[in-house]
Amino acid sequence: MKLSRGERIFEVFNTFFLVILSSIFLIPFLSVLSTSFISNAEYVRRGAFILVPEKIDFGAYKLLLNSSSTVFTAFLVSLSRVVVGTFLNLALTFPLAYVLSRPKLTGRSFLTMFVFFTMIFSGGLVPNFLVVENLGLVNSFWSMILPGLINPWWMLIMRNFIMGIPEELHEAAVMDGASPWTIMTRIMIPLSMPAIATIGLFYAVWHWNSWFDAAIYLSDRAKYPLQLVLRAILEAGLGYESTGTGIITASELTEPPPGEVLKAAMIIVSTVPILIVYPFVQKYFVKGVMVGSVKG
Amino acid sequence: MDQIDLSLPKISPSFPPKKSGQFLETLRGLKRDRFYYLLIILPLLYFLVFRYLPMLGVVIAFQDYDPFLGIEGFWTSPWVGFTHFTNFIKSIFFWRIIGNTLIISGLKLLFGFPAPIILALLLNEVRSTLFKRAVQNISYLPHFLSMVVVAGLVRSMLTVQGGLFNQIVRLFGGDPIAFLTYPEYFRGILVGTTLWQEIGWGAILYLAAMSTINIELYEAAAMDGANKFQQALNITLPGIAYVIAIQLIFSIGGLLNAGFEQILLLYSPGVYGVADIIDTYVYRNGLLGRQYSFAAAVGLFKSLIALLLMVGANRVAKWVGQPGLW
Repeated sequence: MKLSRGERIFEVFNTFFLVILSSIFLIPFLSVLSTSFISNAEYVRRGAFILVPEKIDFGAYKLLLNSSSTVFTAFLVSLSRVVVGTFLNLALTFPLAYVLSRPKLTGRSFLTMFVFFTMIFSGGLVPNFLVVENLGLVNSFWSMILPGLINPWWMLIMRNFIMGIPEELHEAAVMDGASPWTIMTRIMIPLSMPAIATIGLFYAVWHWNSWFDAAIYLSDRAKYPLQLVLRAILEAGLGYESTGTGIITASELTEPPPGEVLKAAMIIVSTVPILIVYPFVQKYFVKGVMVGSVKG
Repeated sequence: MDQIDLSLPKISPSFPPKKSGQFLETLRGLKRDRFYYLLIILPLLYFLVFRYLPMLGVVIAFQDYDPFLGIEGFWTSPWVGFTHFTNFIKSIFFWRIIGNTLIISGLKLLFGFPAPIILALLLNEVRSTLFKRAVQNISYLPHFLSMVVVAGLVRSMLTVQGGLFNQIVRLFGGDPIAFLTYPEYFRGILVGTTLWQEIGWGAILYLAAMSTINIELYEAAAMDGANKFQQALNITLPGIAYVIAIQLIFSIGGLLNAGFEQILLLYSPGVYGVADIIDTYVYRNGLLGRQYSFAAAVGLFKSLIALLLMVGANRVAKWVGQPGLW
């Protein structure tokens, strides 16, 4: 197909614009990444935010990832939150999605409404907080897990996926005398794997990125997840001076890295896990937006 | 793939049943479905405890709840009726936080709503699949970052000591500006950050809708001499109009959510005048200030209006011939 002159000009401009746009998405990362490698000497001379550092310096990372540091502990907290949290999320979300997908379930419309109503109305921040507080979950790891066990929206996406599985499979299994348990574990779960994987990733990323629940429920620094430590470092300074209560104790360091460099390194440390899994999982995310919303 | 359907199955009020014959039938049904009900005991318990119990907890909005009494406080605290609501409505903060919520949300809608549509239209014209996919993958990466990281990136871009934006300001001979502390810049920063984070993700749905448009329409239009721009205007846009409509309606339904975490992470007392929204106000008064009852009242006020907006949006969706959410 031949393009007109106007269309060719448009194509050049469009490509140019999209390249510029892509760089706008990337520049903040690259800028912070290069800042995180600046050495003390160079910082004194040239300041932070240099596009290309003269020498790659790992000082900030060494300080952050030292196995006795708060950041390292927080990394482990975040990791356990992702693993335990996502497992429990799926263990509760799948059964509900599966049961709500059964066409002849008694009370199905009532149950759907029961779940759906929570998507458009909530008690609000304070009553939610009081429930968690009165259950004795304050300052406990479980305060980050239990209140978010099921995301109704994602549960419904999963249910829509399961509804797309031909009902004949189910009926045939019943004919063959399979028990409901066998049908679920041997037929429905394997066939729902794409949805389970996608929604599992949604939950995992959500757990990794969450901080507000931890901020209101946890008081003990040792229990903080990574995002909350990042927030404390970005907002409250670095706590070099108060080695006992500070976030990073730099007592053994003769020459701590400059604040801006350390902050940059901290941003990178808390983003890298997402960046590592991103190329492998992004297609699942995109599918997740459309699973259950685009029916064909 | 010919239609995007965001609907839930139609809910008919068949449960709980009214007639006694139906009641027996329901009992029999429950017995027959006992395996399924056993499976969802924990999920239902979750909804009761963490979603419905807080809805009962809003009674404290009509009390002077004493946090030191714990659970007992829910029934021993004195009732004060609508005092907290009237205090809120009469307070000098009422119009400020309502105004800020609507203005910030409105600005985000004004710029953030058309932007993904435009991006999707531009991406749709890219002929190299590789380039298209690369741009897409980069564009929705920010969506997966935590708000803390995004706020950290914004701060480091805007910092006075050599942040990228101030390097540009310097380049043009200006003095460095602490952007985040100036009320005149703050809302712009919020809108820009949201655009940066969500535009690529928002475009996915539109691109998906575009891929369902019948290719023959374009061929026929090209045959009739329509150029690319005319095709985009007369085929692509009408082809995704129903997705645009439904997205717009539900954005309006969520109008009271102006971006709580984002604002909480970026604002400071100096910009409260333009940045304090309902959610941040509830957080400061309720959880930091421990005025539980008052904050619960403000929160309930918001939840109720949000519910009305949602119901209204759903009505409009149905009125324009869309399936709606329920």
